[in-house]
Amino acid sequence: MRVTRGDDGRSAALSRKFGFAGALCLAALGWAASAAANTSNGYNLPLGVTEVSRDIYALHMEAFWICVGIAVLVFGAMIYSLLKFRHSRGAVADTTMSHSTQVEIIWTLIPAVILVVMAIPAARVILKMEDTRNSELSIRVTGYQWKWEYQYMDAAEGIDIFSTLARDSNFARQLHSGIDPNSVPNYLLEVDHPLVVPSGTKVRLLLTSQDVIHAWWVPDFGIKRSAVPGFVNELWFRVDPGKEGIYRGQCAALCGRDHGFMPIVVDVRTPDDFKKWVGEQKAALKPAAAAAADRPADRRTAGSVQALPN
Amino acid sequence: MAMFEASGTTHLQEHHEHHAGPATGIKRWLFATNHKDIGTMYLVFSLIMFFVGGAMAMVIRAELFSPGLQLVDPERFNQMTTNHALVMIFGAVMPAFVGLANWMIPLQIGAPDMALPRMNNFSFWILPFAFTLLLSTFFVPGGMAAGGWTMYPPLMLQTGDSFPMVIFAIHMMGASSIMGAINVIVTILNMRAPHMNLLKMPLFCWSWLITAYLLIAVMPVLAGGVTMLLTDHYFKTSFFNAAGGGDPVMFEHIFWFFGHPEVYIMILPAFGIISEILPTFSRKPLFGATSMIYAIASIAFLSFIVWGHHMFVDGMPLAAQMFYMMSTMLIAVPTGVKVFNWTATMWRGSLSFEPPMLFALAFLFMFTIGGFSGVMLALVPADFQYQNTYFVVAHFHYVLVPGAVFAIMAAVYYWIPKWTGHMYSMRLAKTHFWLSTIFVNLLFFPQHFLGLAGMPRRIPDYAVQFTDWNRVSSIGAFGFGLAQILFVIVIIQCIRGGKKASAEVWDGALPTGLEWTLPSPAPYHSFTTPPDVK
Repeated sequence: MRVTRGDDGRSAALSRKFGFAGALCLAALGWAASAAANTSNGYNLPLGVTEVSRDIYALHMEAFWICVGIAVLVFGAMIYSLLKFRHSRGAVADTTMSHSTQVEIIWTLIPAVILVVMAIPAARVILKMEDTRNSELSIRVTGYQWKWEYQYMDAAEGIDIFSTLARDSNFARQLHSGIDPNSVPNYLLEVDHPLVVPSGTKVRLLLTSQDVIHAWWVPDFGIKRSAVPGFVNELWFRVDPGKEGIYRGQCAALCGRDHGFMPIVVDVRTPDDFKKWVGEQKAALKPAAAAAADRPADRRTAGSVQALPN
Repeated sequence: MAMFEASGTTHLQEHHEHHAGPATGIKRWLFATNHKDIGTMYLVFSLIMFFVGGAMAMVIRAELFSPGLQLVDPERFNQMTTNHALVMIFGAVMPAFVGLANWMIPLQIGAPDMALPRMNNFSFWILPFAFTLLLSTFFVPGGMAAGGWTMYPPLMLQTGDSFPMVIFAIHMMGASSIMGAINVIVTILNMRAPHMNLLKMPLFCWSWLITAYLLIAVMPVLAGGVTMLLTDHYFKTSFFNAAGGGDPVMFEHIFWFFGHPEVYIMILPAFGIISEILPTFSRKPLFGATSMIYAIASIAFLSFIVWGHHMFVDGMPLAAQMFYMMSTMLIAVPTGVKVFNWTATMWRGSLSFEPPMLFALAFLFMFTIGGFSGVMLALVPADFQYQNTYFVVAHFHYVLVPGAVFAIMAAVYYWIPKWTGHMYSMRLAKTHFWLSTIFVNLLFFPQHFLGLAGMPRRIPDYAVQFTDWNRVSSIGAFGFGLAQILFVIVIIQCIRGGKKASAEVWDGALPTGLEWTLPSPAPYHSFTTPPDVK
């Protein structure tokens, strides 16, 4: 078989068509990327409301575009081969082409350089994420099967919140409940008592657990960290001023039967509103202050904590 | 099952010799020492486990079809995810590769059989018992293990009566893998045909030689880790209990020191298979064969120093985060070399698209997609968003299903005419290919979106905004599952009969290697006199 001129023309047209479709796909992806909002648009990371989450988003998109670029080149070469070097079209194999040290060195070095280019900004963000110094508010976060406890420190010392899946979600999520999840507002992402934090403030969380490993994650803050029993992990976030509102997340480490049902809800308020809230909470605490001494023991029985072996 | 018996003439000639042909009936399989019989048993076992693990996946995807709980209790759901992984990894993918190694290594290096045939029998026959034990936990109080295949304590220590059964099953699987690996190493190093030096050895044997060393290195680590879980549970030790001075995160280190090389154990033989198939149907030698071997070796080495990337969110010193990020990204370099060399193999070739080639090409595209998400996951800050979401699920299923599993299917379609002596229905096999490829993408591609949009993995129920992509994914899963029935039909038809396959099987293409010098089906004792390799 011979490759005729006509065949060549057709395959060129075919690859042009593919090229056009590829460009369309890229344009669509670009539009999708630019449409990213605070919260996820349903198929991409959220831009988020902290500096770190924006850094992560930028890093994620950079890595994504580099991958798209490499994919266009590599998949392009593969698809070209599939269309052009077909046995059925009489292509004859060039059996002398078995290796080329030069080419192989080039395609070892170029990816290495690209990876370094990706790693440097990533390393910068890691340094930023790990810097928990100068925090303005610390909160101790304890994971339980299957709820979160938030114990405030610093100016809000004494406030202690248990945060559990909201009742309507809890009813609807039972096996054969007959309740349509679509009828429940914020199904599985609502709690009875959210974590309340001020905006524009560096909040540090000290994470631990009373039973198994959990993980605290709010996508819009760009942070996730495990809560490990017997150990304390740190993380911090600072929500941009003006971005007050409700932010939601979920436990992100398999923690047993109800792992899917221990959401995280953070209510971000202005520093003034937060101060007001702290005042109210403390006022409510005072009558109960006398009983506070027994609390740790109470908590153990109330929290349905399964005893660890030995 | 008489399909792998030697052809009639050979049978007659060797009739009076001792151990000439297969024993008859159940004895042939129970007391099998022949590499082909054992290879067949491994492959059949693996196929059965593929359907058992697949059934669990169907339960998972059916429950996730809609928000709310419709089918199973959350605990049962966790049991399904946990055992789906254990069955697919230890029951389907690994035994399939060992089965292929048993069948093909002696044929490719010009040996009469594996070096240690009785151990070969033992290493196979452990597996049905191990998996019977594992699957029987479905019926014990407390149900199957539900702590994830990663078995992190303290959660794993909450397992009911199935706890020691699961651990013993894992011990048995590990022992089986180690014996299989020893057999591969001894066979390859001692039984090669004269003048076949290591660099002349086919890539599939090379990839298995390296894989076998990985297995021997890490399986004992897993065994040690799960034994420590066992003693923590029953003998009052505190390896992973902070209250007794232990550390739960230490288990994660031990587990992933096994777990990461394990990931490569499941992909390196696939690299070998692809490196056999692409040149055949491109009618052109593998591009850069020597650098392909070095690439496999570098990946194997790197696999030992990247385990920390599974644990970035568990709290890790800054320097360790940097180290694991860099070492992980480094893996992209040798892997990239492999993908580029495969592409260069096709370049200026003469390509035809028989079923093995189709699966190999699909591997090439989709494994690369899994590689891209792998590089993204290596970036520590981004990993803080991706970790434990469906993005990770999409990533490892892309490398394991259209990666490892497609490579296994490619290998079966490539070599089964050599095993049975018959060609199979190309039309059915191609249908199987297209259905699998379309549905596997429908199944796993939307999971990238789900993960990025914030859906954690291992949850039985989800917030309503994740409904659409979960539906698409579930439809893909059902389609992919059903399509595999075609695979079984093609195999059974090919065993029963079909067009006679020639010795070269793929006439017109360019199959290279000693296996094509033998008649199809290959005689019961592969090479009774060693072939000379020029």
